[in-house]
Amino acid sequence: MTTLAYTLSDSRVMLRRNLKHQLRYPSMTVMLIGIPIVLLLLFVYVFGGQLGAGLGAHEGRSAYLNYVVPGLLLLTVASAIQGTSIMVAMDMTGGIIDRFRTMAIARASVLTGHVLGSLIQILVAIAVLIAVAFGLGFRSTAGPLHWLAAIGILALFAFALIWLAVALGLAAKSVETASNTPMILFLLLFLSSGFVATATMPTGLRQFAEYQPFTPVADTVRGLLSGAAIGDHAIAAIAWSIGIAVVAYLWAIRLYNRRRAAEPK
Amino acid sequence: MTSVSAGSGIVAQDMCKSFDDHLVLDKVSLAVEEGTILALLGPNGAGKTTMVRILSTLIPADSGSMRIAGHDVVTDPDGVRAAIGVTGQFSAVDNLLTGAENLQLMADLRHLGREAGRRRVAELLAQFDLTDAAHKLLSTYSGGMRRRLDLAMTLVGKPRVIFLDEPTTGLDPRSRRTMWQIIRDLAMSGVTILLTTQYLDEADQLADRIAVLDQGRIVAEGTPAELKSRIPGGHVRLHFADPHLLHLASELLEAAAPDEDQLVLQVPADGTVDSLRGLLDELHEARISVERLSIHTPDLDDVFFAVTGSHVTAQLNADPAPQGVPLS
Repeated sequence: MTTLAYTLSDSRVMLRRNLKHQLRYPSMTVMLIGIPIVLLLLFVYVFGGQLGAGLGAHEGRSAYLNYVVPGLLLLTVASAIQGTSIMVAMDMTGGIIDRFRTMAIARASVLTGHVLGSLIQILVAIAVLIAVAFGLGFRSTAGPLHWLAAIGILALFAFALIWLAVALGLAAKSVETASNTPMILFLLLFLSSGFVATATMPTGLRQFAEYQPFTPVADTVRGLLSGAAIGDHAIAAIAWSIGIAVVAYLWAIRLYNRRRAAEPK
Repeated sequence: MTSVSAGSGIVAQDMCKSFDDHLVLDKVSLAVEEGTILALLGPNGAGKTTMVRILSTLIPADSGSMRIAGHDVVTDPDGVRAAIGVTGQFSAVDNLLTGAENLQLMADLRHLGREAGRRRVAELLAQFDLTDAAHKLLSTYSGGMRRRLDLAMTLVGKPRVIFLDEPTTGLDPRSRRTMWQIIRDLAMSGVTILLTTQYLDEADQLADRIAVLDQGRIVAEGTPAELKSRIPGGHVRLHFADPHLLHLASELLEAAAPDEDQLVLQVPADGTVDSLRGLLDELHEARISVERLSIHTPDLDDVFFAVTGSHVTAQLNADPAPQGVPLS
């Protein structure tokens, strides 16, 4: 086998390990997928009536359902990567990582397994959320290509945030820290166009909301699914995703390699 | 120590390692010949684990040359990794998998192939008495079972050199004996083993050679028998009825160390019957009566305390005839 074949083989083995972990730790997996669904119900049936009225539509609640689905798709991503961070920290604080490091395996395959495993989990969670949303009356004007583009944008953004979560998991000294730090992403999501239009926010906050990554991604996905204008949001969404992915990847690799030199616990 | 043929053993020369300002390893050299067991003995914080972590490519040394099974640790770490197996102090098992899945994971990462991998997994499960628990999650495993699985995972790729960092710490006596037998069998099959331990009896039981590490230096090295003979721990304690007799006896036996308070004279002795008979004859001829006596033979405890306790070491160095130092 060549080096590339070994790398692919090792990454596949680590991916399988990661997927098995998700099945063996169902309480976490179900919770991470379940939270966005609970929040979808909350936003539509509790807040939806009033928030929908603000959209100026006749059927406020169903109009708000159509508006908020992209926001909840992003919440699905943010929720799932919390699990990534926890899983990575669990690996790094356990003894098994040292075993992997003393074996002749592709070094990055441990991280690759986490990234691919999380991506698969997120795509499943997104599919579940979309199915529930349709059940609640969500309607989209999107054709297959638009759907594909929307999923693609979400997957690209998820990929970037997964690497960020991997880095946060590597940087965390304990599993508890690793589970807390990604919470900042929830805050960023609420301060974006995910749940309400940025135009309704006070000036300072609006400016912040317009220039952070969640807003262009939410607007792009919303545009693709509802036929609303996307403008330059798509470019911004892709640029943010690539930028975050590159920085987080470099940070994660650096943390992963640097940990080698640390004193044994 | 440095003239051992490289072969498939372990050769380390002048290893140095500091963490921040703290010097953990200070020019440590050691060699383990192919198919033998070397026990690295030392108190907590002596640098044992650091040494294993360097030799197993986990952390880099600051300086020194290290070769494992003919591969250089610095320039060919993957060559080293392909040849070694490591069982660390902390259990390196995957808690969310079953025993069989853990072993299969190792087989896959060693690229054994589907059939050969399955065979090896079944073989190890049987060898380590884990077949019944093969498909149970590790949360149901006892401490001894986890250790056995840990070692079995290390052996999946049939490594020629094995590092065992405190392999029996925390095990009950029975599991400990089982582990000892497994380690002996491995050495019999030609595997080179470096094991660290805090237990003197473990080193005595298993090791062909022992190196005592203290404050980053090898302070003693040799076979268990050599080390014991090197340490002046063997002595006879003579108990007297009054100070006058003690005084007479200590004048007669020049090498002896008197203890005025306890009325005891400590006489160096190698523990043979002849030397004991000679000693008693000498006292008898001088008409010095001894109330009772006790014999102390040196064990590794004496070695350990003699070479690791800094104040004792200082005394040994300062005194050319240190037989009087209370070592046990």
